[in-house]
Amino acid sequence: MKLSVQEEPFFPDGKIGHFSNQNQETGAIVTFLGKVRSDLENPLEYMLIEHYPGMTEKVIEKIMAEAVKRWNLIDCLVIHRYGKLTPGEDIVLVATSSKHRREAFEAADYLMDFLKSRAPFWKKEVTQSGESWVESKEIDEVALDRWK
Amino acid sequence: MTVRVLYFSWLRERIGVPSESIETEAVRVNDLLDELRKKGERYKLAFTQTSSLCVAIDQELGDMDSDITGAEEIAFFPPMTGG
Repeated sequence: MKLSVQEEPFFPDGKIGHFSNQNQETGAIVTFLGKVRSDLENPLEYMLIEHYPGMTEKVIEKIMAEAVKRWNLIDCLVIHRYGKLTPGEDIVLVATSSKHRREAFEAADYLMDFLKSRAPFWKKEVTQSGESWVESKEIDEVALDRWK
Repeated sequence: MTVRVLYFSWLRERIGVPSESIETEAVRVNDLLDELRKKGERYKLAFTQTSSLCVAIDQELGDMDSDITGAEEIAFFPPMTGG
């Protein structure tokens, strides 16, 4: 299990390559890469991601441990950035490994659902027309119910 | 007791500081909020609406009824938007 909450960019290929180098019991690896998205009608200049140092790591470690236990994962990796990010940059990388694909898929989905609304990050979007804090979505709360 | 109170996202902007030390006798989060609102207009405005306000007590999520006796760090923030 490896977690990194960091300001600097990461190289997904290298991280995934490293993560893929596992023991021979591993039969499936699922990765998710979340990126900063712009909007053609109201182009994003940059995004500012704020977090709660200390609590962020604690919360994510708990979510990861839960995923490992629930899907009997062989390993999992989370990298989440904060600070100033421009469109096209990578924000988050989640990777899971298991014997069979279903567990790895579901665990990655679970990790992302909880990272969205339970890890203490807040995004602010800055566009030419001004800046605004991203509001949480009802749909993200509903998503968590799937895992009860 | 003295607690360190932290604010994030638009709460931090509205109040104007990321954290501060507060001398309080509050037992529950709600009591602390009442005390904070008395500190001035910025606080009153920031804590007008608390239905979607989140709180963490010593870095564990709680609610407005949570007991804060003995806590060292209380953080207030809007719903999280990670991922």
